[in-house]
Amino acid sequence: MPESLRRALLLGPGLTWLALFLVVPTATVLLYSFFERGTYGGIDTILNIENYVRAVDPLYFGILLKSLRIAAVVTAVALVIGYPVAYLIATAPKRLQIPLLLLVMLPFWSNYLIRTYAWIVLLNREGLINNALRWLGLVDEPLSLLYNDTALVIGLVYGYLPFMVLPLYASIARLNPEIREAATDLGASSLRGFWTVTVPLTRQAIAAGCIFVFVPSIGNFITPDLLGGGRTKMIGNLIYDQFLKARDWPFGSTLALILIGVMMALLFLQAWFVNRQMRHG
Amino acid sequence: MSAVIEMQGVSKRFGTAIALDAVSLTIRENEFYALLGPSGCGKTTLLRVLAGFETPDEGDVSLDGKDLLAIRPNRRPVNMMFQSYALFPHLNVFNNVAYGLRMDRVRGSELEARTRDALAMVQLDGLEGRRPNQLSGGQRQRVALARALVKRPRVLLLDEPLAALDKKLRGQMQMELKRLQHAVGITFIVVTHDQGEAMEMADRIALMRDGRNEQEGTPEELYERPASHFVADFIGDMNFFAGTRGADGVRLETGTILRGHGDAGAESPAWLAVRPEKLVIAQARPAHAEDNALEAEVVDISYSGQHLSVRLRVPEADALVLAKVDTADPNVAEIERGQTLWCCWPPSASRILPRESYSEVRENE
Repeated sequence: MPESLRRALLLGPGLTWLALFLVVPTATVLLYSFFERGTYGGIDTILNIENYVRAVDPLYFGILLKSLRIAAVVTAVALVIGYPVAYLIATAPKRLQIPLLLLVMLPFWSNYLIRTYAWIVLLNREGLINNALRWLGLVDEPLSLLYNDTALVIGLVYGYLPFMVLPLYASIARLNPEIREAATDLGASSLRGFWTVTVPLTRQAIAAGCIFVFVPSIGNFITPDLLGGGRTKMIGNLIYDQFLKARDWPFGSTLALILIGVMMALLFLQAWFVNRQMRHG
Repeated sequence: MSAVIEMQGVSKRFGTAIALDAVSLTIRENEFYALLGPSGCGKTTLLRVLAGFETPDEGDVSLDGKDLLAIRPNRRPVNMMFQSYALFPHLNVFNNVAYGLRMDRVRGSELEARTRDALAMVQLDGLEGRRPNQLSGGQRQRVALARALVKRPRVLLLDEPLAALDKKLRGQMQMELKRLQHAVGITFIVVTHDQGEAMEMADRIALMRDGRNEQEGTPEELYERPASHFVADFIGDMNFFAGTRGADGVRLETGTILRGHGDAGAESPAWLAVRPEKLVIAQARPAHAEDNALEAEVVDISYSGQHLSVRLRVPEADALVLAKVDTADPNVAEIERGQTLWCCWPPSASRILPRESYSEVRENE
C-alpha cells in the first residue's frame, strides 16, 4: 500500500469526525451570529453585526465579566486546594498512590447533576451543615449558604478539582527527589526549596490544571442554575437561555463565539507566558 | 591530622533490613576518603546520614567536635554531589552554581565573583548561560561539582561521582578530583563501588560489607594486608588456597604446607592468599626450599601489554590460579598452553586468612 494512501486511511476517520462535528457546527454558529432572529423564533438570513453591538451592552458584558471573575476564583481555589493534595499523593509511599488517586477520581463515577444536587442537601437552610452548626450552638439562625456566589464557587471547585490534581500529581511524581534534596543541601528551607525548585519545575502542570478547571467553569450552566439560584447567572446560562428560552439563535451564537474567543485569547496568553518563563529561567 | 568527622556506633534500619550496623569511623582534615563496597553495603546510607537526609537509629556523628545530627540538613557545613547530579533543570549554569550562595543571602558583586571563581575552578567559564540539558555529561558533572564547592563546605560528599561517565572521561576526572581536593583543601568523602577508583583516588578507604565497616586503611594496607577473605577478594585480584591452619602455614588436604603470614587460629580452616603478580613461574622446582611451590598446568595465556595473564590449574589444591608475569621476563616466551610448570612465591608474599562462612567457600568455588 502506498504511504500516502495508508496515511489517508489512518487519518480519514478522525478528520471526518472533526469536520462533521466540530468544523461544520462552529462554522454554522459563526454564520448564524451575523443573522437576525426571525419573528417566530426562526432565522432571517440578513447579514449584519447587530448581535455583536448588543453583546457589548453592559447587561450582557457584565455577565461575561462576572463569569470570568467566578471562573478565576474557582481556578485559584482549586489550585490552592489541589496542589497540596497532589503533592501529598505524589510523595506518599508507592503502594498508597494508586488508592489515593482512585479516591480523587471516585466522584466521576456518579453523574455531575446528582453530585451537584448533593450540595443542595448539604448547604440548604435545613441541610447537614446548618443543622450541625446549630446543634453545636455555633449559630442561632441558619446561615444562607445556598443560592449565592459562594455556593456556586464551592460547587464548581468540587466538580473540577480532580482536573487540577491529576496533572499536578503526574508532574510532581516525575520530579527527581534528589533535586529537592539538592536544594536542601545547598541551604534552602523546605518553604524556599518549594518556591524556588518544586513550583518552577511543575509550572507547566500548574498551567494545564488551571486551564482544565477554568475552561469548563466559565462555560458551566448547571451549577449556577442549581446552586447559584436565579440570582447568579453566568455566561453559560445566558447562552442556554438564548437558544432554548428566548429562541434567539443568532444572539446565542454570538455570545457562544465571544466566549470561545475569550478562552482562546486566555490560552494563548497563558502559553506565551509559560514559554517566556521557560526561556528566561 | 585532626579529625573532622567522627562516627560512633551508627546504626540504621529500613524496616527489617539493616543498612548500617554500628559503624564507627574517623575522617581526618583534608583527607580524600572513600566509602567502598558492593551495592547494598550501606555506603550511600552513610553518606546520606552525613548530609542529613537519613537519621540514624543509634549512634553519634560529630563534625569538628559538634553534634552533627542536631543540625538541620540545610544548615550543615556539608555539601553533596549527587549521583544523578540533581542539577536544577530550570536554571542556567550560573544560577545553578549561585543557588547555594543565594540561600546564604550572598548578593551582588560577591555572589558574581564567587560563582565565577567556582566555575573557573572546574573550567566551565563561558558556559554560564547554558541550561543543564544543553551540556554534555562531563560538563554537567562539573556544574554539580562547582555547585557543591561554591559554599566552601567543611566536607564535600560525592555519591558515585564518576559512575555516569564513559571510561576515558572517568580516568581524567579521577585526576581532576584529586587536583581539586588539593587545591581547595576540603575533606572529600566519596562513595564508590569501584575498587580501582577508590584505590587511585583515596588517601584512606573504608571497605564496607552488609552495613559494617569491614576494614579501614590506606589503599596499600588494604591491598597488602587484607584482614579477611572479603577484603582480599574485593580489592584487586587474589588467588586463594583452602586448607587448615598449621604451625607454620596452611596445610592443604594433600598435606603440602604453604607458608605465609597472618592470623588464623591453630588447626582452624584457613585461606592462603597470594596476589597474581607475586607468583613466579618456573620450569623446575626452585632450589630455595623456603618458597612455596605447586605444580600447575597452563590453561590459558592472554597478553595485556605490560604483563601476561597466565591461568593455571593446580591439581594439588584443586584450584584455578591466575599469575601475572612481566612480559620483560625472559622465561615468558617459553610458556605454552598445556605445559606443566611450577608456581612459586615467597612466604612473605602470602597472607593467611580465617576461612569461616559457607558463603566464602561458595564464592571461591
